[in-house]
Amino acid sequence: MSALLKIDGLKKRFGGNEAVSNVSFEVNAGECVVLAGDNGAGKSTVIKMISGVYQPTAGKVWMNGELLTGKTPEAVRSAGIETIYQDLALADNLDPGLNLYLGRERTRKVLGLPFLDRKTMREDAVEVMKSLGITVPDPTAPVREMSGGQRQAIAIARAIHWQAGLVIMDEPTAALGVPEQREVMALIERLKKKGVGIILISHNLPDIFAASDRIIVLARGIVAGERRPAETNDEEIVRMMMGATL
Amino acid sequence: MADKNGTSLLRSLFNAWSWLFLILILGFFEIYAQTQTGSTFLFRIYNLQSISVAASQILLLALGLTLVIVAGHIDLSIAFSTGFAAVIMAMIIRAAGPDAGWLIVLLAMGAGILAAAMVGLVNGWLVALLNVPSFIGTLGTYGIARGVALIAAGGATVSIRNDHARAFGNGTILGLPIPLVTAAILALACHYLLKHTRFGVHTYALGANRASVERAGVDVKKHLILLFLLSAITAGIGGLIYTSRFSAGAANAGEPILLYAVAAVFIGGASLTGGQGTITGTVIGAFIIAVIQFGLVFCGLPPYWQFVAVGLVIIVAVLVDQSKDRIVGGRS
Repeated sequence: MSALLKIDGLKKRFGGNEAVSNVSFEVNAGECVVLAGDNGAGKSTVIKMISGVYQPTAGKVWMNGELLTGKTPEAVRSAGIETIYQDLALADNLDPGLNLYLGRERTRKVLGLPFLDRKTMREDAVEVMKSLGITVPDPTAPVREMSGGQRQAIAIARAIHWQAGLVIMDEPTAALGVPEQREVMALIERLKKKGVGIILISHNLPDIFAASDRIIVLARGIVAGERRPAETNDEEIVRMMMGATL
Repeated sequence: MADKNGTSLLRSLFNAWSWLFLILILGFFEIYAQTQTGSTFLFRIYNLQSISVAASQILLLALGLTLVIVAGHIDLSIAFSTGFAAVIMAMIIRAAGPDAGWLIVLLAMGAGILAAAMVGLVNGWLVALLNVPSFIGTLGTYGIARGVALIAAGGATVSIRNDHARAFGNGTILGLPIPLVTAAILALACHYLLKHTRFGVHTYALGANRASVERAGVDVKKHLILLFLLSAITAGIGGLIYTSRFSAGAANAGEPILLYAVAAVFIGGASLTGGQGTITGTVIGAFIIAVIQFGLVFCGLPPYWQFVAVGLVIIVAVLVDQSKDRIVGGRS
């Protein structure tokens, strides 16, 4: 079986500083890979090279066999990779439907003039959220009135609604309370069942063990090790994060 | 559940406060008229026409401004986009002589709008491409447009004598003053744009979180330029009406209205931080100010009281907005 996402020998140099030296790994459909590592290990740089925000100094990225290296962030998105940033990039004053369709809103013609089709967009949002196991209490209310977990779900819904094959999540539980962290973990499970590949960035050990199928530890710009959660423990992961290559 | 209903009732009350306020002041002036002078305030055509024409002048500056404020910016230069358009129109009609026909008047109007649009383009260029904060950028173009209009007019008011222009400014359509009809058509167009189009959604999203629209692939720079262009053009149309109404173009035609236009937008529920505000709100805001302006004079108070009254209403509007956030808004 060929991998959903394959990255090979990624390197990124900023001036004289090498943020990422040599990173290679694969992600399969329906699999959650955690990128773990301390601050400055190169996690964000790797993610930005995948999503097209940075161009790598060397190395290549393929999605479904299609070479992505050299493409713009928009082209990478249309190839099926959605990135959910920590700040979620939601418009807090709009309802879930408009957030789901932001930039690609649906309209219908009334007397030849295009009008926003708020109703259909709302219904679609409720539907996608339902498929993620989240009930929207009031689909007409702006998303600022929703809980952290529900807001995260809207960001995820936006990704999968546009047929993302791979979702990259940057510290999705960082700003959340404990019940909401559980909601996000449940969301990740449902995404995996839909066959979506996930790259999760985290340095929260309980999250890492709860969500991942594989843990890839980065330290000082290289892959310090790769483990399955059942084969390892907190202590070993932390040791690898600290740079003790095994 | 009961609590939730209570909250939504409160929310609707807060959202309707400007309507209630407008009804309240209309009621106040009507009672004053009935008891003090034995006449009527509301049911006299002259009063209604005066109020609606004053509200129209405010609206022509406030309509485009509403979209700019919803997007999280401000446009102070509108006062002088109005004056610039007024002077350019008057100068062309004057140069053409008193017998200038419809075509010349229309041409002069087009030139006035073009002059205003240039101010809008400069604003858009400064804010969108050079990242100048809009408050500072449009304060700069406020000065420039004022200076250029004064220089062009030789520092004086450019008076004209043209029946076509006068008919446009003082005539009626189906008994409604043409300035009111113009403002109403533009208000409908802006309402459609803000409420029912993708452009409107992007404007709200831009005011709430620029990253949300940027990552959604919207060309934010182009969007900002269009917003400032719209704001300058609606203000410019205000200038055309000024010149037509008073048969004179003055560089400072829009200056006294700037404060009222900004006030109308905020009384209408917009927020300085962006992401909020509606055209309906701005229309009510403009009428509240126009009723206060006319009503205080109607009561025999010196006209200067209107500045005090409008200032107070602005502060009340902000206080209402803040307590709304505290009582029913915010994240749970």
